[in-house]
Amino acid sequence: MSWLQKLLPPKIKRAEGVRKQVPEGLWCKCPACEAVLYSSDLSNNQSVCPKCSHHHRLRARARLDLLLDQEGRFEIGAEVLPVDPLKFKDSKRYADRLNSAYDDTGEPDAMVVMQGSIKSVGVVVACFEFEFMGGSMGSVVGERFARGVRCAVEQRLPFICITASGGARMQEGLFSLMQMAKTTAALTLLSQRKLPFISILTDPTMGGVSASFAFLGDVVVAEPGALIGFAGPRVIEQTVREKLPEGFQRAEFLVEKGAVDMIVDRREMRDRLSSLLALLLRVPAAA
Amino acid sequence: MKTTFLDFEQPIAELEAKIEELRFVQDDSAVDISDEILRLEAKSRGLTKDIYGKLSPWQIAQVARHPQRPYTLDYVEHLFTDFQELHGDRAFADDHAIVGGIARFNGQSVMVIGHQKGRDTKEKIFRNFGMPRPEGYRKALRLMRLAEKFGLPVFTFVDTPGAYPGIDAEERGQSEAIGRNLMVLAELKVPVICTIIGEGGSGGALAIAVGDSVLMLQYSTYSVISPEGCASILWKSAEKAGEAAEIMGITATRLKTLGLVDKIVSEPTGGAHRDYRTMAQSLKKSLQECLRQHSELSTADLLERRFDRLMAYGKFKEQAVA
Repeated sequence: MSWLQKLLPPKIKRAEGVRKQVPEGLWCKCPACEAVLYSSDLSNNQSVCPKCSHHHRLRARARLDLLLDQEGRFEIGAEVLPVDPLKFKDSKRYADRLNSAYDDTGEPDAMVVMQGSIKSVGVVVACFEFEFMGGSMGSVVGERFARGVRCAVEQRLPFICITASGGARMQEGLFSLMQMAKTTAALTLLSQRKLPFISILTDPTMGGVSASFAFLGDVVVAEPGALIGFAGPRVIEQTVREKLPEGFQRAEFLVEKGAVDMIVDRREMRDRLSSLLALLLRVPAAA
Repeated sequence: MKTTFLDFEQPIAELEAKIEELRFVQDDSAVDISDEILRLEAKSRGLTKDIYGKLSPWQIAQVARHPQRPYTLDYVEHLFTDFQELHGDRAFADDHAIVGGIARFNGQSVMVIGHQKGRDTKEKIFRNFGMPRPEGYRKALRLMRLAEKFGLPVFTFVDTPGAYPGIDAEERGQSEAIGRNLMVLAELKVPVICTIIGEGGSGGALAIAVGDSVLMLQYSTYSVISPEGCASILWKSAEKAGEAAEIMGITATRLKTLGLVDKIVSEPTGGAHRDYRTMAQSLKKSLQECLRQHSELSTADLLERRFDRLMAYGKFKEQAVA
């Protein structure tokens, strides 16, 4: 025992042994810049790191909440719920996976569609929920998307889709592949009626979602740093057997290659969208 | 052409080797063994029928990838006349993994588009193993538009492990190329008849497989991901591909039951590679029938029917939300 410890009163000694209790989730670490942040600072900043502007993933409802006006929102296609058409089972039954994803996220499937408005311009917005089985596209995603489009068509509103998905949902086999055909077919309804479709690509947008409607937007917008592509980086690395270049398949790379129109910071998304929509719909500029 | 036998066909291979041997002996033998040869040939046919009667999905996947399986250009030779191949996407290159051109089908002008694999190593590389890059899909798109302009029905032949997962393909917009085709096919104003002739590998297959009829050859497969890919994701091991093939439902019979394909075209005993001519004949009959049906419809009805079919894909339940 050192002389210092001998000097310390017993009360302080005890306190030293017990670690201070910090409430769970008060702090979090930005995976990009490793800065330690207050969770509340992060969420007050639309889940964009205040230090390095890294865009953290955002839940579907939180995103819709940021984008849409408070008034006059309602959900579309919530009545469409998943089934297990193939009785698919690997280490776990698909039915069980669906249940546990529901328990974890509170969502019955990987897409939330809402009608509402952005700065008073009416829109229908479909948003992927990445937390639900990696935002994978199965029959429910396809059907909710299609209902959203139909609703936009009936009310003559622009349609926006915000993607965050690993691709098709393997557990639904070919049904999920066919959702690529279904969602793109639905888009013909919009284009025939000259209603804008704006596609917003967020981290990540891959596989069957990327290779169907995601790049068919009249305007294609990406969030900074989002991973966007057809094949996953690992698959490509295994195929070509070489290291992928820095920044490959990131939003900035896609703009460089001419695949997307623009990168928009999440904190400016609402303003930019409202301006884009007004321009496309030929709404006169505010005085 | 000497037939290549797959693993599960070994009993047939042994029998065939024996027949071959007897034929060789017979040439300089005094004893007449032709009866014996006939008997063994019948036995071989019976055995083939037995084995092919109960193929597992994984074995069917092997047949679908058989090195001697007829490819698009083989069908072009047997089903069409006056084929004029058209090359290039007019923007970047000519992709050899997709072939296409104008031809006659029973005398009628039509457009043919299909994936093309290679036979020997050199040709396999030339065809990139049947894995198209964006320029391949954009060539297909150009040909679809051309067909629409001149009112030519489109026949597509699907046989690909998938779209090419490479750096260059990503750089040139693989996703956009596939997505664009899906949308254009959904409203192309001519009949589109798609046949899965070998491997229907995911989005790379679908990009030319949206149409008014989707046919599958008996031993072809069609899936959202290859069985190996599925197994390596779910079990972290490609060894489990057999199990994956089983659960995913990739065979013609399963997909027909699920309502995802319209018609199964039977193959000759032992698979299409045993007899190209017979295979082509039975496919021709089915294609004729499909074309006749779709040609009877007005363009508006054709497109409405196609749209409704596309929108009906998917299985879900509906429940009123509180």
